[in-house]
Amino acid sequence: MKCNDFLKELTDYLDGKISESLKAELDEHLHWCHECHVVMNTTKKTIEIYRDNQIYELPEDLRTRLHQAIMTKCRHHGHGKKSN
Amino acid sequence: METIQKKADEGITSEMALVQAAKKGDLEAFSELVRRYDRNIFRIAQHITHNEEDAQDVVQDAFLKAYQNLEQFQGNSKFYTWLVRIAVNEALMRLRKRRNDRTVSLDEDVETEDGAIPREVADWSPNPEQLYGTSELGDILKKTIQGLSPGFRTVFVLRDVEGLSTEETAEMLGLSVPAVKSRLLRARLQLRERLAKYFKQKKGGDGQP
Repeated sequence: MKCNDFLKELTDYLDGKISESLKAELDEHLHWCHECHVVMNTTKKTIEIYRDNQIYELPEDLRTRLHQAIMTKCRHHGHGKKSN
Repeated sequence: METIQKKADEGITSEMALVQAAKKGDLEAFSELVRRYDRNIFRIAQHITHNEEDAQDVVQDAFLKAYQNLEQFQGNSKFYTWLVRIAVNEALMRLRKRRNDRTVSLDEDVETEDGAIPREVADWSPNPEQLYGTSELGDILKKTIQGLSPGFRTVFVLRDVEGLSTEETAEMLGLSVPAVKSRLLRARLQLRERLAKYFKQKKGGDGQP
């Protein structure tokens, strides 16, 4: 297996969506290819860091205001009525 | 079969019960659906528009549109899938307006080589979370994801931040499964490449950039 072939399977490998036999081949490649090992590790970390550090949380006071605005509009417009 | 499916996923059943009630005019049921998904819709809208004012408008308009068109929701997919689809369209529309650019779409050319061939092959150590404070790390993550094209970052956000499946993401965005997979790989690699600038291990150093 070449590094390019490994890269093509990287997404499925990280998502655990590959067959046992392909996983064994990829693991074998990772065992001796330091660069692919680093790319795999740092890509995994990239996903984790975005998942674990939510950068756009909705503040509770804004959430309350938005919720009130939405419900007022829904009450006013009702089903099937366009707002403009 | 239907009963087994319902038992297997009570989340969908209760979501459907709320939708059915809302269709009959139960505003409290719709209010519960808003509470259930407003945080997710806000995050997705912020990621696409990168503008808090626009994201607030997207949240309001997406829920209002969903309410007004509830009759048309057939229940073939999850309500959340349908809602995200509405929100993504609203967010892209606002992004176009702000950029005064009609070309912003999910189908833009994705054959860029940026990040496709990994150049940074230094490991990240120590852990980036130990290198930076929360707010500094947040700024780095924002700046980095903003550099991706809308098509890439939308797929990345739905799949990797919101944790949706490839199939759900494809349905929400009107893309094929292979198209989602290809965009996801590119998005992950581009982000990795750009983050490496901040997180990579310096030779003989203490990891500080």
